[in-house]
Amino acid sequence: MFDTMLLVTAGVFTGLVFGFLLQKARVTRYGTILGQFLFKDYTVLKVMLTAIVVGGIGIYGMHQAGWVKLHVKSAQLVANALGGLIFGVGMALAGYCPGTGVAALGDGSRHALYAVLGMILGAGVYAETYSWIKPRVLDLADFGKATFPSLTGVSPWWFVTGLALLAGTLFVLIERSERRRAAIA
Amino acid sequence: MNPLTLPPWNPYVVGALIGVLSWATFLALDKPLGTSTTMVHLSGLATQTVAPEHFKANAYYASELNAKKPMFDWQFFLVLALPLGAWIASRLGREPFTEKVPALWAWRFGPAAWKRNFAAFAGGAVLLYGARMAGGCTSGHGISGGLQLAVSSWVFFAAMFASGVATAFALFGKEGRSHV
Repeated sequence: MFDTMLLVTAGVFTGLVFGFLLQKARVTRYGTILGQFLFKDYTVLKVMLTAIVVGGIGIYGMHQAGWVKLHVKSAQLVANALGGLIFGVGMALAGYCPGTGVAALGDGSRHALYAVLGMILGAGVYAETYSWIKPRVLDLADFGKATFPSLTGVSPWWFVTGLALLAGTLFVLIERSERRRAAIA
Repeated sequence: MNPLTLPPWNPYVVGALIGVLSWATFLALDKPLGTSTTMVHLSGLATQTVAPEHFKANAYYASELNAKKPMFDWQFFLVLALPLGAWIASRLGREPFTEKVPALWAWRFGPAAWKRNFAAFAGGAVLLYGARMAGGCTSGHGISGGLQLAVSSWVFFAAMFASGVATAFALFGKEGRSHV
């Protein structure tokens, strides 16, 4: 029924820090999420790509040292893509994703409560349709727990470096266009 | 000036700190950050309460909630603490914020709260269905999977971003940009 007391405490602590950070970046807000999808406000991409690059450097560094195990989700490509497409529709409609929607409850967004209740319903509907979906979607194009390094045999550091350069270039372009827009306004 | 009380933080700083938070959870707990599995625990809890036999017979709940995967697990408490963390941040930032109907939504669909609440509910249901099919959400796939260079996560990320953009433009159009 319950995880160990240590894990429960660590879960509370992680949630406190994560919720704190999400609010501090304002990604707990409908306007920030929709602003990203409408290419008006790039906060979401800035936060996510920085987290991915910084996280990736640490995780692959510690993995190489043998300190951490990877936890990769199965590359069930049809399910990942179709699920992603469905997720995007819902996220643009709700203005939240699961983590930011729950955190938004503490940030003063009243409508986030309905989004979270909807999420619980969505989970229930998925559980009811799982047996039907599994052979028809999940099991298609299943490549197991593949990562780009494992799939290509190329060192993860090439991918991490490439990703960092790509994100860095994107950030420079975003900052430049934001400065230009601010100058016009 | 105390940085904890600064209103919004630089998004790159927040992103880097989320990256560091994921180092800590991998290293100390052997766990990646994630949130959407907890919604399955909550729907499972509701189903178990209302229809225990039906819950027992469901293959998905059997795979997600069992002797190895307890109902009230690490992530359950993480999700429970998220609003509190956000609340502390907003209090320290000293910026009172209450939103019933966002400005962008009101511009397009009017100020009626029931319409917004209904859309939030429907959107929540749709996005979680998609998250479960894909195997994760913005945190589990987007951040945790993305940083592990997982193929599944980057496919998810690309798909969800493309359809989020398409849906947002379908709902609000180009003019919506001046109302965000």
